Amino acid sequence: MLRFLLQKLGLLIPTFIGVSIIAFAFIRLLPGDPITLLAGERGVSAERYEQLQATYGFDKPIVVQYFDYLGNILQGDFGTSIVTKRPVLEEFMTLFPATLELSICAIILATAIGIPAGIFAAVRRGSFFDQSIMGVALVGYSMPIFWWGLLLIILFSGILQWTPVSGRISLLYFFQPVTGFMLIDSLLSGQAGAFKSAVSHLILPTVVLATIPLAVIARQTRSAMLEVLSEDYVRTARSKGLAPMRVIGLHALRNALIPVVTTIGLQVGVLLAGAILTETIFSWPGIGKWMVDSVFKRDYSVVQGGLLLIAGMIMLVNLVVDLVYGLINPRIRR
Amino acid sequence: MSLLEIRNLSVTFDTASGPFRAVDGVDVSVDAREILSIVGESGSGKSVSMLALMGLLPDTATVTADVMRFDGQDLKTMSKRAKRSIIGREVAMIFQEPMSSLNPCFTVEFQISEMLRKHTDLDRSARRKRAIELMEAVGIPSPEKRLGTFPHQLSGGMSQRVMIAMATSCRPKLLIADEPTTALDVTIQAQILDLLKELCADNNMALVLITHDMGVVAQMADRVQVQYAGQKVEEQNVNPLFADPHHPYTAALLSALPERATARGHLPSIRGVVPGQFDRPPGCLFEPRCSFAVASCRRGAKRQGADLGHALCNRPLINGVPADEKVEA
Repeated sequence: MLRFLLQKLGLLIPTFIGVSIIAFAFIRLLPGDPITLLAGERGVSAERYEQLQATYGFDKPIVVQYFDYLGNILQGDFGTSIVTKRPVLEEFMTLFPATLELSICAIILATAIGIPAGIFAAVRRGSFFDQSIMGVALVGYSMPIFWWGLLLIILFSGILQWTPVSGRISLLYFFQPVTGFMLIDSLLSGQAGAFKSAVSHLILPTVVLATIPLAVIARQTRSAMLEVLSEDYVRTARSKGLAPMRVIGLHALRNALIPVVTTIGLQVGVLLAGAILTETIFSWPGIGKWMVDSVFKRDYSVVQGGLLLIAGMIMLVNLVVDLVYGLINPRIRR
Repeated sequence: MSLLEIRNLSVTFDTASGPFRAVDGVDVSVDAREILSIVGESGSGKSVSMLALMGLLPDTATVTADVMRFDGQDLKTMSKRAKRSIIGREVAMIFQEPMSSLNPCFTVEFQISEMLRKHTDLDRSARRKRAIELMEAVGIPSPEKRLGTFPHQLSGGMSQRVMIAMATSCRPKLLIADEPTTALDVTIQAQILDLLKELCADNNMALVLITHDMGVVAQMADRVQVQYAGQKVEEQNVNPLFADPHHPYTAALLSALPERATARGHLPSIRGVVPGQFDRPPGCLFEPRCSFAVASCRRGAKRQGADLGHALCNRPLINGVPADEKVEA
């Protein structure tokens, strides 16, 4: 087990370097630079421009800039935002709980509906139910997220007025963040209605963010189940006189979950990418929105530092998935 | 009264290209403590008829029978739930591919004691004790250590022993073994067959042994039922069957045994293959491959009496010669 873990950790090093190069290079490929964008319409004198370039180190050769950046990261310094002048790591830590809260809710929703739907579709293969589920899943998978988000806002926030349009909680409530998770903080604050407000703000973004993972998980569960249901050991389980619920829910599902867990792990990456759109639509103050804003402002240090932190999170999740995979699949355990 | 009695069992599969009748009017009866062997080529419906009894066929299969009775209980009118309390406890089954028949995600102990949990009132520690006993009885060395192993850590022979331990855990009255040794090495084959025979004697258990290996039949069976293309073509006790097969198909199967082939010359084989869904002959199903067939065989085959092994044949053989030729001679 330890060797397995070390192997996985060792693989993270080249991945990390690769991500750092891409994060560093891509933001610089975009035309424009932070100084001109900060200066706004009035512009900046050539003299002052060069002075500012030197301040941020943009006058050095690009390779030197990269190694400066890499060196700083190895010392735990992810840079300072050019716009807000706050350390990138600090901004990340403030905003990440919002994204994490949204992502966790979305993955829970996607798993809680996707797996049962997939099982049901597989067991009733070819039925009306199966075809409807797979049809809906295909639509969900193909739909542009921002369009879907806007549709839901128009219906539930506009016409029906059931849910708020944007933000994490109503402005009526104010309390100091403790955990950064609004659901928990609102409960801790003890203010009446705060938790309800936090939940109602969370519903639409969660649904929007969960849509693609939900469709993918349902389809993957269905196909894994179909494969497993025709295995000999499922016949053995039935030959024991076990009830269909136990045969399907235990003997078949346990095996079908192996590929599904991998899929769920991969969806976490998709989720963080989806968060960029979802957070923008719902003005959700998370890292997705933060990244988009920083790209528009060409905030080099935020984009390159933030991307690396996000990539780190995804790698961490994948590591956890690998470990869980070992737990549910005895064949790869040592 | 026999332990298991099935009359006129038919199984039809709905396939994309129309219905396919895999089992066609087969009777099976097994007495208590008896070893019945069902023999036939691939596609003769021997496994399907037993899977139908166990209720293990997919939904695309339609099963009909005039009588389906086990130990005095009518399986036809029984609810699914009631049938599940018999399946596993009183009738158990082991399969051809032991390696894939055990669930790769669960330990040996879990899979054996699951059967005990379903059908007995034993508590956790009693189930563990019984599992160890069972593993000992099927010849698994140091069973305590093996409890926690997963199927992928076992060899084919060991897996089949675990399957047998599992199947016999509730002391069933009937065990169905579907080609239990086909996937195993020859040396392991003999051990598993000996084990099955021993367990039958020790537990007063009847055995239905499905096989295509006449050598296995000779070693194991009390009585033999020969199936061809979904029909029962002959049924006799083992010694008379080997001495004097009445159906030409049985005779051909026996003469294809390497042990019976003459020292020089070819090993005889049966030309052609079992008819499939689209090339079923109109009359006797074996007629196109039969070396004794006459014109009347194309119109159908007659069921002979017990003295001629219930052979489904117009010209049953007596000592290797069609009965009607003998009359003429």
